[in-house]
Amino acid sequence: MTTDANTFIGGYPFRHVPHPDPEALVHVLDREEIHRAWVGHLPSAFYRDPGEGNAVLFASLAPWRDRLFAVPSVRPDWPRWEHTLRSVVGRGAVAIRAYPAQWGLAPNHAALAELANACGEAGLPLVLTTRFEDTRQRHWMDGAADLSGATVRALVRAGTRARLVVTAAGRALIEEVHWGLTPEERARVWWDISWLWGPPEDDFAHLLRTIGARHFVYGSGWPLRLAQTPRANLELLPDELRSTPIGDVSSLAGGDVART
Amino acid sequence: MTETPTRGPLAGRGGEGSPLVDVHAHFLHARCGRRDWEAPNRARFRAGDRIGVIVHIASILGTWGHTSPTYFPSPRDVSLGNDEMLALQAREPARVRSYVTVNPNDTTHALDEIARCAERGAVGIKLAASRRADSPLLDPIAAAAERHHFPVLHHIWQHRTRDWPGQDISDGVDLGRLARRHPRVSFILAHIGGGGDYRHTFAAVEDIDNVYLDLSGSGVDRGMLDDALAAVGTHRLVWGSDITMETGLAKLRALDVIDPGADAIADIRWRTAARIFPAGALPNVPTAGVPADTGTAVGTP
Repeated sequence: MTTDANTFIGGYPFRHVPHPDPEALVHVLDREEIHRAWVGHLPSAFYRDPGEGNAVLFASLAPWRDRLFAVPSVRPDWPRWEHTLRSVVGRGAVAIRAYPAQWGLAPNHAALAELANACGEAGLPLVLTTRFEDTRQRHWMDGAADLSGATVRALVRAGTRARLVVTAAGRALIEEVHWGLTPEERARVWWDISWLWGPPEDDFAHLLRTIGARHFVYGSGWPLRLAQTPRANLELLPDELRSTPIGDVSSLAGGDVART
Repeated sequence: MTETPTRGPLAGRGGEGSPLVDVHAHFLHARCGRRDWEAPNRARFRAGDRIGVIVHIASILGTWGHTSPTYFPSPRDVSLGNDEMLALQAREPARVRSYVTVNPNDTTHALDEIARCAERGAVGIKLAASRRADSPLLDPIAAAAERHHFPVLHHIWQHRTRDWPGQDISDGVDLGRLARRHPRVSFILAHIGGGGDYRHTFAAVEDIDNVYLDLSGSGVDRGMLDDALAAVGTHRLVWGSDITMETGLAKLRALDVIDPGADAIADIRWRTAARIFPAGALPNVPTAGVPADTGTAVGTP
């Protein structure tokens, strides 16, 4: 059972994205032989108040409850965010998304730590996005920096129950965070493989060898990025690593990441 | 005519039985400051074999920054990199071909280097970011390319809106100006997935028939391939991997989904490359271009 931990529905403000809707996503999952997906609402990352985006997300995914799992957004510097969190948990959220860079929240912003802890208390991982696009191609109005290692480390250290899934990170960020945490802290961070470089530099292989496969989960970045990329990356691993199972994000809410 | 090879197990379905040419590859060497320099080279061959690449057309940019800047290599490092590239071609004659890399700021050295490396079996010219593409300094380089029937692979930033450190970057508009001045030279516009606004590139070169787009680069934006096909058609798209081979494989599979037809995919996989490289330049690929103006058969470096 494979779950894509990093998908969205909805448009992107800075370029046209072809058919970013749940029907297309289910078709893509079938084609790529992926069983399930964690799905966020892409426009919510750029809304001042993501509440309306969450409503759209739940309504849009309702027809595919067994395939598409909602990951709504909670903005922790917004009044009554705790109420929002309880509400989306009640509606079946499997995880919570937050966008510190897009919302202008500094690494040590107290509200972020509170959100990470509250998600941990609720048994949900917090999903962070390193980037939506390469820095070289960003629109001039897109001033958000990539997610910083300091932010990730601060959130992991915020409390012992906080668990993070970080998407679209590259080797440098992963190593900076992983080796900047204690073993107990590291065990509460997972990384999707959507933006890891394969051969010839073999960053992905290097990280599997040094950090361990259990810290990585399948993720694509659809609809912004080609859904074929993570599988290609897995298939191009060196022989000794190709059969190494990475984690499955779908079991995170229930405990440790299961081996696929 | 050489026999048509079978493709590797992972390459896209649409290219069933057709060769796969990587027009944008790189290798390292012992003097580029990395103790692990052999590992990426081995990894490229490993991944290439799994994808089904039958020929890596590659360049080495000097010492990759070790003793002079990657995009502004010194003459000594340019020659060293080319020597290493040609040595690798000599060791791997069945699957490696070389671009000759030049820095157009040193015109005499660049022209001498093109002639020297053509004699030793280079099949194209690599221009990085040492000088903007529309600079008059590139005209003698392009003229040399025409004499040797070499295509020119030019490092491109997709829409330059400002300067970036360490490079004298060019975009599609800049390369288009050079290509219009040299209509008999084939220019490969590097890595549409290499960062930047590729839609700007498509608009800049769609009506310039001697500019070809290579699909390489880490960028795997959905819609990029569709837009490239719409802009220039399959006869002006060539496949490459640059330094992220997994994104190259993903794009081949995405082309299967777009499904422009087996002929169109064959164009992208190898047929267009066969058309723009010198006749006989690519091992195991039935090229149809003009024979290279070299003193050595390129198939036997």
